Amino acid sequence: MPLEAVAQLDDAPEREFLYTLNFGPQHPATHTTLRLVLTLNGETIVKAVPDIGYLHSGFEKLGEDLDFNQYVTVVDRMNYISPFANEVSWHTAVEKLLDIELTPRCQYLRTILAELARISDHLLCIGAAALDLGGLTAFLYAFNEREKIYNVFEAASGQRFHPGYSRVGGLMNDITDDVVELVRHFVRTFPKAHSDVVRLLNRNRIFVDRTKDVGILSKAEAINRSVTGPIARASGVVRDLRKDQPYLAYPELQDTFKVSCATGGDCLARYLVRMEEMIQSANIIAAAVENIPAGPVNVDLEDKLTIPDKQATYRSIEGLIQHFELFMWNRRWKTPINEVYAATETANGELGYYIVADGSGKAWRARTRPPSFIHFALFPHMAEGHQISDVPAILGSLNIIAAELDR
Amino acid sequence: MALKLDDNIFIAQLDGLASWVRKNSLWPMPFATACCGIELMATASSRYDIARFGSEAMRFSPRQCDVMIVAGRVVMKMVPVMQRIWLQMSEPKWCISMGACASSGGVFDTYSVVQGIDRFLPVDVYVPGCPPRPEQLIRAVLDLQEKVQRTGTINAREFRDRDHYEGPTPLATELPVEELVVAPGNYRTGTRLRLN
Amino acid sequence: MPAYLDVLNAKFPNAFTTSAFRDNQRVQLDAETAPRVLFPLLRTLKEQCGFDMLFEVGGIDYLHYPDAVDRYCVVYGVLNTTTGERLFVKAFANDPDPVLPSAVPLWEGANWMEREVFDMYGIAFTDHPDLRRILMPEEYTSFPLRKDYPLRGHGERHNFQHLTRAES
Ligand code: SF4
Repeated sequence: MPLEAVAQLDDAPEREFLYTLNFGPQHPATHTTLRLVLTLNGETIVKAVPDIGYLHSGFEKLGEDLDFNQYVTVVDRMNYISPFANEVSWHTAVEKLLDIELTPRCQYLRTILAELARISDHLLCIGAAALDLGGLTAFLYAFNEREKIYNVFEAASGQRFHPGYSRVGGLMNDITDDVVELVRHFVRTFPKAHSDVVRLLNRNRIFVDRTKDVGILSKAEAINRSVTGPIARASGVVRDLRKDQPYLAYPELQDTFKVSCATGGDCLARYLVRMEEMIQSANIIAAAVENIPAGPVNVDLEDKLTIPDKQATYRSIEGLIQHFELFMWNRRWKTPINEVYAATETANGELGYYIVADGSGKAWRARTRPPSFIHFALFPHMAEGHQISDVPAILGSLNIIAAELDR
Repeated sequence: MALKLDDNIFIAQLDGLASWVRKNSLWPMPFATACCGIELMATASSRYDIARFGSEAMRFSPRQCDVMIVAGRVVMKMVPVMQRIWLQMSEPKWCISMGACASSGGVFDTYSVVQGIDRFLPVDVYVPGCPPRPEQLIRAVLDLQEKVQRTGTINAREFRDRDHYEGPTPLATELPVEELVVAPGNYRTGTRLRLN
Repeated sequence: MPAYLDVLNAKFPNAFTTSAFRDNQRVQLDAETAPRVLFPLLRTLKEQCGFDMLFEVGGIDYLHYPDAVDRYCVVYGVLNTTTGERLFVKAFANDPDPVLPSAVPLWEGANWMEREVFDMYGIAFTDHPDLRRILMPEEYTSFPLRKDYPLRGHGERHNFQHLTRAES
């Protein structure tokens, strides 16, 4: 079907000179699995038709089959360059449904780890965008920092890539002091790496020339096309859920960060917004890691919401009973027969979950509001009229993650 | 030298030489679809540096590559594409199935995810893990090198007798064939055909 | 009472019901009225109540859900980008051919999200500029997120040719 794009064009006089270029689904510059059918007039893109679904794996159907804790494994794999941010988002929605108030310690830990996830997402986005535009070095610098973030997740949860660390009402386990040390070390060394990337790219003629005034998105169009996150902020839509509806520990950390935004709306503006957001995130982490409250990390066991730890399961009858209750497929949580939407600000924008509950411990419907899906719909609007060599720049600045795009 | 050598001794040595040359410069074709692809990138970047084992030259053109690393889950829409890329690679070629998804479907036992690419492609090395750590991927490359050294022949005779299905037992389909909705994919044109 | 409700009550008396849970505010349209009222209601929300962004369109299948009346539902989430206020509009539809008006004339952002609902639930949107499958292959005939479609499908995922090593 998309290959018929040329036929759909009006009778343009130069129609006989148009040709169709198939881009993807397996192409180095897409970084993910997506396909574009471009109709070209010489080097100029006349029409771009995205074709997606090459990674559609039925996440939402699985969400109806798995319970609230099991589904964490799967949401991790949604935006796989910042997995922990997805977990926070999913459990924010679940906890809103079950009306759980988290402990202060858990709120801080989730905030710190979610901000680390944001930094790692932005690093990969910028590194990969620079790689496509010819700057391999920035990619290597970015990956080096990402490895440090992986170390933090590995120390906290045991898995470096997909931590699966969050649970309803808390976390899998409490952190150790090593994790705090690793985070402190990261915060200390990150500004240096950040400024290295800045020096590599900000005044790099090739990078700037290829991103400036490319893929412009105006503020009105951003609102009309449901855009959120750094892309919207680069177009002047100043909305950030961390400020608008502060969740987790953000109410107490309001003074430590500002919302970064720009007005250009082009690829360069999006890059600059992301660079600035990383600094702000590092500030949040630096402030939060020194103020982690003491106390338990899970909500009280009495509430019958959290999984008891090994000690409680094996040494006390209450713990054993509760463990049993939460793992029997016909017991689990008692949910209200109602539906709820909750969203958090992830690196890509507003990641929301719309959960319909039917009284059992599983979701009747676990709808995701995927920022990548909505942002990729922008692509034809941004690319038409540009040259074909601008395609990697635009794709890089949109930061499309296929698993989140197709789910 | 007055020694009279049998033909086959001569060929065996050349086989070894060819395999030795081949195994130390396996160029991967990164067929990266999902999360495992990011670990593949991490393997190529500075901390793990797959270049130490001669496999750093990732080429996105199948014509230039020796080993296809399928990193990530493969879904219905992607299978014909994958088979087509595999067919485009020139001999000798090998396939590494990286991660739980590519090897068995992993956590995604759903309507659209293929339960292991070995149902549609011959696979040489499986890497478990979700995602496998970079060390595991490097181990897989080393294992493949050993396999190449052990079984490789200069004119790729070892592939000729692998003419049977090597994957797991086919799953019983739940519908009779005439009711199936998506008909066999045609990998030669990269499209699917409707049965009726 | 929120300001938008006054406007809606004046324009569409008795056409909708409201509900709320936690901080979510909802407006529901049943399957009878939805095809007629949904589009003007969304337009009123956009033009008179300041809800200028459509941030979410998602489908739900209520087959065998406790106390459900109509089967399908499409949830439109609208956001006021100056005040941050949010509202969900739930429009129901029923078998045999669920149809709703498209929101694309109001918001370009609805385009792909409605296509996804069509792909997953088979709910058609009238006046949609490009209504075809977006995630599943075009030859596919089922709607996978419907409750009567099994999680593992009907075996479509195994129906491809196998390549052996000798022939490739
Ligand atoms: S095996 Fe795990 S990490 Fe790899 S693609 Fe599958 S879900 Fe992602």
